[in-house]
Amino acid sequence: METPAIPVPEARSAVPASLRGLLPVLLALPVLALFQWLMSDAPFASYLLSVVGVNIILAVSLNIVNGMTGQFSIGHAGFMAVGAYISGVLSLNLKDVALSFLPVAVSDQVFFVVSLLVGGLAAALCGFLVGLPSLRLRGDYLAIVTLGFGEIIRVVVQNTDAFGRALGLSGIPQTSSPAMVYFWVFLTVLVARRITGSSHGRSLWAIREDEVAAEAMGVDTTGYKVRAFVISSFFAGIAGALFAHFVPIINPGSFTFVKSMEIVVMVVLGGLGSTTGAIVAATFLTLLPEGMRSLFTLLGAEGSLAQKVDQIRMPVYGLLLVALMLARPQGLFGTKEIWDVLPRWIPRKRRGLA
Amino acid sequence: MRRLAPMLLAALAVMVAACEKKTQPAPSGEGGTQAAQGQGAAPGGAPADANTILLGQVGSLTGGQATFGISTRNGIELALKEANAAGGVKGKKLSIRVYDNQSKPEEAAQAATRLITQDKVALILGDVASSNSLAMAEKAQAAGVPMITPSSTNPTVTDKGDYIFRVCFIDPFQGFVMAKFARENLKLNTVAVLQDNKSAYSIGLAEVFTRKFTEMGGKVTAVESYSQGDTDYRAQLTAIRKSQPEGIYVPGYYSEVGIIARQAREVGLKVPLMGGDGWDSEKLFELGGSAIEGSYFSNHYSPDNPDPRVQKFIADYKAAYGAVPDALAALGYDSARVAVNALERAKDLSGPSVRDAIAQTKDFPGVAGTVTLDAQRNAVKSAVVLKVEDGKTQYVTTINP
Amino acid sequence: MAQLLQHLINGLAAGTIYALVALGYTMVYGVLKLINFAHGDVMMVGVYMGYATAFALGRDMRSSLLGVAVVFAVAMLGCALLGFFIERFAYRPLREKPRLTALITAIGISFALSYGFQLDLGFLPGAAPRAFPEVIEPVEWLVIGDRDVVVWNWQVISFGIAVALMVGLQYLVFRTRFGRAMRAVSWDHRVAALMGIPTDRVIALTFMLSSALAAGAGLLYAIKDTSVSPLMGLYVGLKAFVAAVIGGIGHVPGAVVGGLVLGLVEEFVVGYAASTWRDAVAFGFLILVLLVKPGGLFGRVAAEKV
Repeated sequence: METPAIPVPEARSAVPASLRGLLPVLLALPVLALFQWLMSDAPFASYLLSVVGVNIILAVSLNIVNGMTGQFSIGHAGFMAVGAYISGVLSLNLKDVALSFLPVAVSDQVFFVVSLLVGGLAAALCGFLVGLPSLRLRGDYLAIVTLGFGEIIRVVVQNTDAFGRALGLSGIPQTSSPAMVYFWVFLTVLVARRITGSSHGRSLWAIREDEVAAEAMGVDTTGYKVRAFVISSFFAGIAGALFAHFVPIINPGSFTFVKSMEIVVMVVLGGLGSTTGAIVAATFLTLLPEGMRSLFTLLGAEGSLAQKVDQIRMPVYGLLLVALMLARPQGLFGTKEIWDVLPRWIPRKRRGLA
Repeated sequence: MRRLAPMLLAALAVMVAACEKKTQPAPSGEGGTQAAQGQGAAPGGAPADANTILLGQVGSLTGGQATFGISTRNGIELALKEANAAGGVKGKKLSIRVYDNQSKPEEAAQAATRLITQDKVALILGDVASSNSLAMAEKAQAAGVPMITPSSTNPTVTDKGDYIFRVCFIDPFQGFVMAKFARENLKLNTVAVLQDNKSAYSIGLAEVFTRKFTEMGGKVTAVESYSQGDTDYRAQLTAIRKSQPEGIYVPGYYSEVGIIARQAREVGLKVPLMGGDGWDSEKLFELGGSAIEGSYFSNHYSPDNPDPRVQKFIADYKAAYGAVPDALAALGYDSARVAVNALERAKDLSGPSVRDAIAQTKDFPGVAGTVTLDAQRNAVKSAVVLKVEDGKTQYVTTINP
Repeated sequence: MAQLLQHLINGLAAGTIYALVALGYTMVYGVLKLINFAHGDVMMVGVYMGYATAFALGRDMRSSLLGVAVVFAVAMLGCALLGFFIERFAYRPLREKPRLTALITAIGISFALSYGFQLDLGFLPGAAPRAFPEVIEPVEWLVIGDRDVVVWNWQVISFGIAVALMVGLQYLVFRTRFGRAMRAVSWDHRVAALMGIPTDRVIALTFMLSSALAAGAGLLYAIKDTSVSPLMGLYVGLKAFVAAVIGGIGHVPGAVVGGLVLGLVEEFVVGYAASTWRDAVAFGFLILVLLVKPGGLFGRVAAEKV
């Protein structure tokens, strides 16, 4: 098993220690601003990239549980739904409110971030409630309980008028932007990466490799598992909340078992435990249908053939899982990360952050 | 971290204190039209090349309700083929680009955005499922591209703005039709309702039916519900039987209604079942067997209509696709013909001119009734009531608004 | 009161079927410590086999006693074969790998079967549900009052079949050589192998047995609900799994009790509250049981061996 390099104390760094945690975020902001400026005139590209971003957040966050901890959650769409609906309802109610000292556009963004956080925290709370009873047991119980949780959420939404019942919730202010989505993508990846390098991450790896041994070594397995699960749920909730703010209408049909399975396939295909793999697989599988569409339009064979391809996607996902497990159970990337194989010109001590 | 918490709290307090009502409403819906027109010069229908006018359709072509989407697409294709054979529009040929939405609103919005910005279609034809049409309507309205939905019956769809139209009646009307039919033609005094809580369509129909039927002096004895995909309805039906109704209103989809009919007979309910256009499929007769005989449902059109225009449509459709067209095919056909008609009358192919042309549609002779669009951009038209007899539908009566 | 009795009967009828499917989960879990996610979908395939057989037999033949026996036999044998192939080619190669790989494989198979059967290609049935032929002509077996309580012949028959299958299973597990081998494998399959028990064969047979049981249960379910659809495996399978966990997975009588409890709970939710909350209540009940008694009603949380 690959073990991340031991963190090297960076006493000589010019950056004050208190700011070092924030540094990557500060560095990312101008890049995102530039990105937003490029996207402002391309509604289709920005919609598609937002979907890709949301799927990356979902895959990377699920990877924290399924990959790093070796548990198996198959109800990620349920947590996404919690985030989407809670933040959606909040934004819907705060639609006409603004902060007096800020321009409307800025205050909208402030409220957007607030409702994102509320959505994420609600999902995290659900994660805690679901995780506590099932993570005390072995991994396979989590699978079934998360699946059940997804169903419960669906039933609750369908029976609650405030959530728009079966038709769905529409009219949520569309305040999301690709920059905001990728800001959260960035945060999710950062958190996932920091977890792997931390002592928390070591404990998760230990649980993944052998739970009994980990427990014998004094690792509080339940505690670590629950914490990992709560973090993962939080980001799923954020992904759902982002989703609710750029898709014109959200309804229970978008958060079914099938959606959960798509995320699982992304994680398994990318390699259980590899954040890089999750990102690559999520991007690839989200863009694939759209690429097919372009291909078929180009060939002039739209209609029946394209339709057939859309139709066989689900069974193919299933067979893909089986084939992967038999031929390459570690997925495309195994547990490798892009930053483990970065070229030498990046100073060794930076890798200590991994 | 210790110092951070009070700071955050203070920031929150300032924010809450500073909350106020927005002075001007955010641009959305009707208000957004002007803005959309300003920047919507580029979209709003620049044709793909000089000799064709490209239309777009987004429908559920895969999954459980694929038959609905495929029927609609066939109807649209047939109408466009005829229009092209007659010389096209303004000397240009029509062509259509169809995308699947997998019955998911986010996919519908994505496909609609693709049609508008990448393919630059002149006009969009919507989906059957109302939530998908709602997602598309939002995008079409924002970009100033006209959209006609063939068969989304939820009232909120056309509320999205003045670019959104439909060629079918809306849910409240269908509920009203069956209430009127039950009360006046079947002379029922008591009816029980069994609705599908997973579908907004079913809930909407059931609500209006209950209200209208009560207003007309009838009594709704029980309201029970199920979820799409259920297969055992005996508990609900047993409860309904207890209330001793003279009829049962089941505004659901054929895939469940057929089984409900069987189990209703089994628990000893011999009264007629009634429903809406969700029943319209050949599969209903296979699923329901003899149990569904003698039931009634409201629909957009009847293949029994002797009108030569309707019979010609049925013959052409059969020749092309080998099946009797259902109501969704008829509505798809009508929506495409209304679109072609409007494109012909429009002074150019820009979004606003096409929109104005569609809005002026009046007394248009469709195969599923005469289409006149009202101020809310909904079609005002009559509904037919069909009876299930000998494994097919039989025309009973027409009910006007 | 009469209504209560009726719901009780309906609940028991549904519960016996859940119990039968739950037994399959429990048996496989017993020998392999694997949640066979594809179990419900194997059941669905069995029901389609029965469906095809019933049609091949024709209307007169299929409602005779022999016809019913043929339908059940074809479906159960077919499923046993399917179970054998799945075990041989998907699970056996992974037996010494981490448990997660086998679980993912099971989920993959479940997905491939339930969505594969929704395709409209060739012999596949398509997504829409089909009416299941009436292999058992419904006859009212017992009527009390003005149809206040009705017991159908198929309810009695399926109850009878289910009880017979359970008793047979109990005998098989606790009274035969094969059963002893099964229990030994379940205890520790490496040690069992050292003792000369052909573990591969025992596991394969267990799979075939549980698949055949699922096919039988699936047919009873299809007769009860008068329909068959590609997604039925997913739903029934999930519910049966919940039943198995409630009873304590790996515990044979526990699975039966869990199935009956779940069937009754669901029926009463539908009958006395709102039917749309049924699934939520079923899963909520599961989470509650896991919270209070993590091993299920009968099971014990086993200390793990290293």
